[in-house]
Amino acid sequence: MQHLLSIVIFIPAVAALILALVQRGGNEAADRNAKWLALTATAVTFLVSLFLLAGFEPANTDYQFVEHYQWIMGLQYRVGIDGLSILFVLLTTFMMPLVILASWDVKKRVKEYMIAFLLLETLMIGTFVTLDLVLFYLFYEACLIPMFLIIGIWGGKQRVYAAFKFFLYTFFGSVFMLVAIIYIYYHTGTTDMPNLLSDKFPYTPLHVLGVTIPGGVQTLLWLGFFISFAVKMPLWPVHTWLPAAHVQAPTAGSIVLAAVLLKLADYGFLRFSLPMFPVGNMVVGPWAMWLAVIAIIYTSLVALVQDDMKKVIAYSSVAHMAFVLLGIFSGTQQGIEGGIMMVVAHGFVSGALFLCVGVIYDRMHTREIAAFGGLAKRMPAYALIFMFFTMANVGLPGTANFVGEFLILVGTFQVNTWAAMLATTGVILSAAYALWLYRRVVFGDLIKESLRSITDLSTREKWIFAPMVAMTLILGIYPDLVTNIIGPSVTNLVENYHEALPDNLLSDLVEH
Amino acid sequence: MTASDFSTVLPEFLLSIFAMAALLVGVWFGKDKLASTLLWATCAVMLVLAAWIGLGGSGTHQAFGGLFIDDAFARFAKVLVLIAAALILAMSADYMERRGLLRFEFPILITLSVVGMMMMVSAGNLMSLYMGLELQSLALYIVAALRRDSEKSSEAGLKYFVLGALSSGILLYGASLTYGFAGTTQFAGIIEVVKAGQLPMGLLFGMVFLIAGLAFKVSAVPFHMWTPDVYEGSPTPVTAFFSTAPKVAAMALIARLMFDAFGQVPGEWGQVIGLLAGLSMIWGSFAAISQRNIKRLMAYSSITHMGFALLGLTAGTVFGVQAMLTYMAIYVTMNVGVFAFILSMERDGQPVTDIKSLNLYASREPTKALAMMILLFSLAGVPPMLGFFAKYAVLTAAIQGGYIWLALLGVLTSVVAAFYYIRIIYFMYFGKEVEPLDHRMPAVQWGLLVASALVTVFGVFNLFGIEGAAQAAAAALVN
Repeated sequence: MQHLLSIVIFIPAVAALILALVQRGGNEAADRNAKWLALTATAVTFLVSLFLLAGFEPANTDYQFVEHYQWIMGLQYRVGIDGLSILFVLLTTFMMPLVILASWDVKKRVKEYMIAFLLLETLMIGTFVTLDLVLFYLFYEACLIPMFLIIGIWGGKQRVYAAFKFFLYTFFGSVFMLVAIIYIYYHTGTTDMPNLLSDKFPYTPLHVLGVTIPGGVQTLLWLGFFISFAVKMPLWPVHTWLPAAHVQAPTAGSIVLAAVLLKLADYGFLRFSLPMFPVGNMVVGPWAMWLAVIAIIYTSLVALVQDDMKKVIAYSSVAHMAFVLLGIFSGTQQGIEGGIMMVVAHGFVSGALFLCVGVIYDRMHTREIAAFGGLAKRMPAYALIFMFFTMANVGLPGTANFVGEFLILVGTFQVNTWAAMLATTGVILSAAYALWLYRRVVFGDLIKESLRSITDLSTREKWIFAPMVAMTLILGIYPDLVTNIIGPSVTNLVENYHEALPDNLLSDLVEH
Repeated sequence: MTASDFSTVLPEFLLSIFAMAALLVGVWFGKDKLASTLLWATCAVMLVLAAWIGLGGSGTHQAFGGLFIDDAFARFAKVLVLIAAALILAMSADYMERRGLLRFEFPILITLSVVGMMMMVSAGNLMSLYMGLELQSLALYIVAALRRDSEKSSEAGLKYFVLGALSSGILLYGASLTYGFAGTTQFAGIIEVVKAGQLPMGLLFGMVFLIAGLAFKVSAVPFHMWTPDVYEGSPTPVTAFFSTAPKVAAMALIARLMFDAFGQVPGEWGQVIGLLAGLSMIWGSFAAISQRNIKRLMAYSSITHMGFALLGLTAGTVFGVQAMLTYMAIYVTMNVGVFAFILSMERDGQPVTDIKSLNLYASREPTKALAMMILLFSLAGVPPMLGFFAKYAVLTAAIQGGYIWLALLGVLTSVVAAFYYIRIIYFMYFGKEVEPLDHRMPAVQWGLLVASALVTVFGVFNLFGIEGAAQAAAAALVN
C-alpha cells in the first residue's frame, strides 16, 4: 500500500467533509447519524493504522511508508514514520473512537462537534507523520482551531477565558518556532527533515549586544523550538493555560487534550530538539531539566490543594509531562524509551481519569470534590475503575506508568543525579494527591442527599474504559511491546546525538 | 504618439474612453435610472480587461519614451486591481441601491480611479507616477464623501482630501529634490545616478520624501492617521474598495519606484521600508484591540497587513517582491470576502458595524459564520488557510534579506492581531443571545463570501497558479 499513511491521515478529514456537506443537522436522527459516522470513521482509521503497525519493521531505523510530492512555495508534502512516531500515531487513532464514544451524550450542535473532532484527528496524525518542517508547523498550529472551538463552544462557564488563553498562549509559543523554521530554510535551503538531520548547524558562539551565546545558532534554534513545545507541553512556568483549558473543556475535549495534544510537544522534543540541535540541547537542556524538576514538585503541591477534580488531574498531567521531558532530555536510551512509554501510558491513564470525572460530572453537574463522597456504595464498578487508574497515575508496578517513570528516573539518574532525586519526590507527592482525591470522592460515608440516587457506570461507559484498562495492564506487564518497536530508533537517536556532540565541546564553547 | 505607444496603453485608453462614454450616457439618459446597468457594465468591462491583460500580455514594452512601462509586474498588479474593483462593485450594487447612493457617478469614479491605479503601476517616470496617483486619489476623495447627507461621510471625504493633499505635497517635494539632484525624472535616469556611485544627500532626502508620500497611500504607520476615520465614515462598499485595489496599486508603485529608480541597493531604502513595516505591524495590531466597530477594526487590520506586505519589499530581492505580490493577492481575496460579509450586516435594514451585534451569529447562519470564521483565521495567519502562506512567504523573504528582527517582530504582532480576529469568532460562536441581524444577504455578496472562504481553504493545494505569475512579475521588476 503506497498511500497507506495518507489514507490514515485523511480518513477523518473526509468523514468531516461528508458530515459538513451531506448531513443536515438539527433533528435527533441527524445527530445520531453524525455520531455513528464519526465513530465509524475513527474506528476505521484505527483499524487502518493497525496495518501500519503490521507492516512496520522496527529494526529498520529509516522512515517507512514514505510519500513525497512537490507542493507550493518550494514546500513539499512529505510523510513517513519511524520508531519514534508510530506509537504517537497509534495512540491517537486508538484514543479517538473512545473520545467519540465518550461524547455520545452531547446535545448541542452535534454535527459541528463531530466535525471538529474529526478534523482534529487528521491534524494530530499529520503532525506526527510529516517529514517536512513547514508541513509540521502547519499541522501543529492548525490543531489550535478545532480545539479552540471545542473549548469555546462546548465548554463550561469560563470557557471564553479558557479558549482565548489556550489559543493565544500556544499561538505565541509557536511563532518562535516559525521563525526558527524559516531561518533553517534560509540557512540550508531545505525543510526536509531527514536531510536536515545530516546537516549540522554551526555552534560557534555568537556575540549579540555584548552577550555571548554559547552554542550560537544551534542554541537559538533550539530555543525557538523549545519555547513552542514548552508552552504546548506545558512546562512550568507557562503551564497556566492548561488547568484553565482542561477545566472548561467538555470531557471529550479534556481527553484529547491530555491524551494526544500535549504529546505533540514531547514528539517535537524527540524529533527536533535532540537530533537536530544536539549542541543547543547540550547547552540549554540541563536548564530545561531543572525547570521540569520545579514543575514536578510545584504542580504536585498545587494539585494537593485543588477543590476541582479536573484541576487535580490537569496539574498531575503537567507533572507527568515534566517527567517525560526529563527522560527525553537525559539523552539516554532508558530515559527516552521511558519518555515514550510514559507518553503512551499517560495517554491512556489521563484520558481515563478525565473520563472518570466526566462520568460523575454528567450525573451531578459538578466537579467539586466536596460535593462527593462515599460513591463506592452506589457505584462499585466506577469505584474499581477509578481506583485502577488512580493507582496507574501514581505509578503502581504492573501498570505502564510504572515502567515509564522507572525508566525515566534511571535515565535521568545517569546524567543528573540531583534532578532524578528531586523528581522522585514527585512520585511520592503524586501518590499523595491522587489517593487523597480518591478517598474524598469515593470513600467515606454517603452523606450527601443528592448522591443517593446516583447510578453506576452504563454499558457504554464500561466499554470505553475496557480498552484503556487492558492497554495499561498489558503494557505494564509486558513493556517489550513498546520497547521492541521503539528500541532501534531510540538507539539510533541516542547514538547520533552523542556522535554529534564534539569531543572537546566545553572548551569549544568557552573559547572563540 | 506612435502605433506601438498606442498599443501599449490600449487597456488604459479603452477604460478611459469607457468612463467618458459612460459619463455622457449617464447625463444624457436621465441620470440615476441607468446607474445599476452602468455598474454591471463597468464590472463586465473590468473583468474583460483583466482577462485580456492577464492572458494576452507578454514581454516588456515602453511607451512615450519610458513614461509608461508595461511589463509582467505591471500586468500582475493591474489584473489584481481590476478584479478587486469589479468584485467590490458587484457586491456593492445592492447596498448602494437600497440607500439611495447608487448614483451613476459611482461606477464612473471607481473606473477613473482604476485608470489612475493602472497608470501608477506602469509609471516609469516621476511625472506619470504623480499623474496616476492624483487621478486615483481625486476619484477616491469624492467617493469617500458619496453620502452627502451624512456628517461622517463628508468628514471622511474632507479628511482624506486634506491629508491626501498634504501627502501629495510631500511626495512632490521629494520628487523635486530627486529631480534636482538626479537631473531627470525618468526612473531609468535616476538609477544611473544611483549606480554611478555615492548617493547625493539630496537624492536620499528626495527618496525618503517620496516614500513618505506613498506610505500615506498604503496607510503605513506613521502615515496612517486618516485610515480608521475614512474607513469608518465612508459608505461600506467604498471602504471595501479602499482596503483592496488602491492598496495593491500603491504597494506596486512603491516596489516600482524603489527597484526601478533606486535600484538594488536595499541598504539605502530597505531600512526605511523596514521601519514603516515594523511600525505598521506593531501599531496596527495593538490599536485594533480596543476597536468595537468592525470597519475601524478592518482599517487597523489593513494597516497591519500592509506592514507585512512591506516586509516582503524590505528584503529587496526577487523573492521579496514575489512574496509581496502573493501577499497582496491573498490579502485582496480575503478582504473581498470579509467586506461582502460586513455589507450584509444589517438590522431592520439599517447597517450595523458593532462587532457585538454578531453575538451567536453562528447558531442562526451557520454557513456564513463558517465562511467568515475561515476568513478571520486566515487573516490572523493561522495555518492551513492561505493567510498563513502569505505570511510565510514575506517572513521567508525578510529572513533571507537579513531582517530577522523584523521577522520576529512580525510574528509577535501576529499573535496580538490574532486576538482581535478571534474575538469576532468568539462573538459569532460563543457569545450571548442578542437581537439577531437580518437574515437577508444578496446572492452576489453571499457568493463572494463563500467563494473567498473556499479559495482561502482550497488555495493551499496550488495557490491557483498565481505563484508562477508572481514570480514572473517579480523577475520582470528586479533585473
